[in-house]
Amino acid sequence: MGICTLGGDEGQAEAPSSLNRVRPGTYRDGFRAILPLMPAIVAFGASFGVLARAAGVDALAAVVMSATTFAGSAQFAVVSVLGAGGTAVAAIAAAVLLNGRYVPMSVAASGAFTGGPVRRVLEAQLLVDESWALSRREEGGFDRRVLIGAGGLLYVGWVGGGVAGVLAGDTLTDPSTLGLDAAFPALFLALLAPLVRDRLALTAAVLGAAIALVLTPVTPAGLPVIAATAACLVGLTRPPRKHARRVPVRPQEARS
Amino acid sequence: MSTIWLCVLVVGAATIAIKASGPVLAAGRELPHGAARVVDLLAPVLLAALVATQALATDEQLVLDERAAGLLAAMVAILLRAPLLVVVVVAAATAAGLRAI
Repeated sequence: MGICTLGGDEGQAEAPSSLNRVRPGTYRDGFRAILPLMPAIVAFGASFGVLARAAGVDALAAVVMSATTFAGSAQFAVVSVLGAGGTAVAAIAAAVLLNGRYVPMSVAASGAFTGGPVRRVLEAQLLVDESWALSRREEGGFDRRVLIGAGGLLYVGWVGGGVAGVLAGDTLTDPSTLGLDAAFPALFLALLAPLVRDRLALTAAVLGAAIALVLTPVTPAGLPVIAATAACLVGLTRPPRKHARRVPVRPQEARS
Repeated sequence: MSTIWLCVLVVGAATIAIKASGPVLAAGRELPHGAARVVDLLAPVLLAALVATQALATDEQLVLDERAAGLLAAMVAILLRAPLLVVVVVAAATAAGLRAI
């Protein structure tokens, strides 16, 4: 979901060290690890509710989206693309591509899940950036209980925050007077910042932004963002890594 | 069906399927190298494109207005390691302040 950025570093700095152990983790370990981030998660969830209402999104639709999509950046992408006059197809494509990052994360964590397909599908829904990062074991692999504990609490905070935000958003008047249209790019920039610590990601991001801006005057709204994904192809210039880590490096891992 | 509900249902269903793809289909296997390296960059590239268009585009035109000033203020807040909510409020307040002048 990308909320790692908003808790500052103090919350994350503690969490991975508590997972630095050989015994299998418990649901409670997951709760504990995510707890320092909860105020930020609830606030982020609430800001989705507020901005969704400001963009004219139906209150129930906003809450249902938080409960089913449960991925902040994709939800904000839908609301902002529609708000900027983009079509449903453009909004859906942007959100689904943005959630494409969950493919490698989900594949990486796949060994931790057990049981039949229904149980796997349900438990996998608690996989978000934070629960994924926190449930990674130092010695390799992922801890299912930590992922479910952290992801479960995060889910409650995210959806609860969303409901509160929708209610608060109903009392707002003119969104542009309050500068809420400037909130979207700021939010996306804050989510982007921790992802561009290496040169390749930074190059791809700058290229993506450039493609989107160049295409803006000549293509329908929403399309420039989709076309920007062509910049991902610079990833093919990266030499294959020796270790099987095919997932974005999280900031806290880079430091440890 | 309204546009937003269509988006909510399709994005919700797609996200559920994406998250379940690993545990249901992969069971401990890994993505091919090339695919993984491209997919890794989806999030930074799309977020950057959203930053650019949300700050500088209105309909199908490039516009320099109060949102750009808000974005600059946000950038400063991010460099000062402010929490996300502070970053967003700083940007909104900057744009609102300039409009009120």
